[in-house]
Amino acid sequence: MIRLEGLYKSFGAKEVLRGLDLEIGKGESRVVIGGSGSGKSVILKHIIGILRPDKGKVFINDADITVLRDRELYEIRKKFGMLFQMAALFDSMNVWENVGFALTRHRKMKLSDIREIAIEKLKMVGLVGVENLMPSELSGGMKKRVGLARAIAHEPEILLYDEPTTGLDPITADAINELIVEMRERLSVTSVAITHDMNSAYKIADRISMLYEGKIIETGTPEEIRDTGNPVVRQFITGSAVGPIKVEGVSNEKHFNRA
Amino acid sequence: MTKLIENLGRTIISFTAELGRIIMLLLETIKQTFIPPYEIRNTFVQMLEIGIRSLPVVLVTAVFTGMVFALQTYTGFKRFGAESVVGTVVALSMTRELGPVLTGLIVAGRAGAAMAAELGTMRVTEQIDALETLATNPVKYLIVPRFISGLTMLPAVTIVADIIGIIGGYVVTVGIFHTSSVVYWKRTWDFLEASDIYNGLIKACFFGGSIALVSCYRGFYTSGGAEGVGKATTGAVVLSSMTILISDYFLSNWLFR
Ligand SMILES: Nc1ncnc2c1ncn2[C@@H]1O[C@H](COP(=O)(O)OP(=O)(O)O)[C@@H](O)[C@H]1O
Ligand SMILES: [Mg+2]
Repeated sequence: MIRLEGLYKSFGAKEVLRGLDLEIGKGESRVVIGGSGSGKSVILKHIIGILRPDKGKVFINDADITVLRDRELYEIRKKFGMLFQMAALFDSMNVWENVGFALTRHRKMKLSDIREIAIEKLKMVGLVGVENLMPSELSGGMKKRVGLARAIAHEPEILLYDEPTTGLDPITADAINELIVEMRERLSVTSVAITHDMNSAYKIADRISMLYEGKIIETGTPEEIRDTGNPVVRQFITGSAVGPIKVEGVSNEKHFNRA
Repeated sequence: MTKLIENLGRTIISFTAELGRIIMLLLETIKQTFIPPYEIRNTFVQMLEIGIRSLPVVLVTAVFTGMVFALQTYTGFKRFGAESVVGTVVALSMTRELGPVLTGLIVAGRAGAAMAAELGTMRVTEQIDALETLATNPVKYLIVPRFISGLTMLPAVTIVADIIGIIGGYVVTVGIFHTSSVVYWKRTWDFLEASDIYNGLIKACFFGGSIALVSCYRGFYTSGGAEGVGKATTGAVVLSSMTILISDYFLSNWLFR
């Protein structure tokens, strides 16, 4: 369904992806974990073709999208829905116009019908009576829900989640996790989520892959990951500052000078 | 000395690269303009934004510019007895020069800043990426309407500025200095040619397109969070004002010689 082969991507002198391979099956829910700034969002943006790799291929249903023309790429994108880290709602539009955006653009439908569908999708993500509010009037958790409703409005086959729980309180975060699981069960979509929140990863993943230094260093079921022998993965999932992963700008050796 | 040449070289290279990217964006904008579906609603919104919302400031500027121009020419030209040509001077300066340039600078400050800030905010909050994921080309959706509005509305506002400026000149010359109303209008019309007006509007058209393109460019390629948006906004105003003032000379040289 989704296959990334030997992906390389640099921004200026900064190498973010260095020969990354990743394969995700139809109907699977995959979570990619990795540290902040390790390139998780960059992976998602390659899958949906917002970024083009310096080298390597991105297959969606066996078609390499890195060689497509713009117009063909926009057609492929209609198969996708993406939830952004900060929701990325259009702040010039109210909630239902946001949710109905793809329908307004790509289907010849009456606005009143689009509004109906938007309200129905909002209900699916647990929001009622918010359709006429502006994004600035919503809390962080509500924005994510609206973002999710917008991502599913055109009935995509593939859902991408960029840090769905980051910046939310634990209870709201769990509600979002529940929603993600529910989306997969009800809509039978393929999904890729990236996160550094292990609670969320264990809850929503069929399989988890760890991104480290521009490559996937391990893939396994949540149980396999929990019992991993790989010291890098161990350090990450237990959230320890001590181990092989270097925290940028922080030395592991501390020197205390006592007078 | 080598340092100086090195820096100069680097500046020239980065300037050329930036100019190249702006031209690429222009070509993409023109291409997207002609691909259906057309962004009629968005274009209309932007036309209101650039045209109608800029009008009050442009009107105030134009009327006072016309007035001060009449005041200065009248008192100056009186020294050699040429005060009867005030009408001509005001009309020619407004239509050829001050109408388009002042309108351009005001729109650069208002609408250009707004475009850069809006697109910049959309970039750093990933709204532009969101457009892409919703299978919508952001150049087509965001930049084409602004570019077309700049191209069409700046000349429209300039016509109003020309007229108001000439009326401002009239008020001072006739109302305050008590010269003949008939002479003012006669001098205005006798020497004003249609080419003065439409060449001025060609300039305005060019300025409008430049403001929109440069400001959208700055906003569209913003990076670095809220600070980046601030930089993009001031950068857009400075760059479009410079473009107006510099290109004005060359356009005038080409159109009015
Ligand atoms: N469009 C871009 N231009 C320049 N650098 C980028 C861009 N996108 C990402 N980066 C850089 O790539 C690295 C990985 O970014 P990202 O994928 O957003 O990290 P994360 O894993 O936190 O999602 C960061 O250092 C970031 O600065
Ligand atoms: Mg990220």
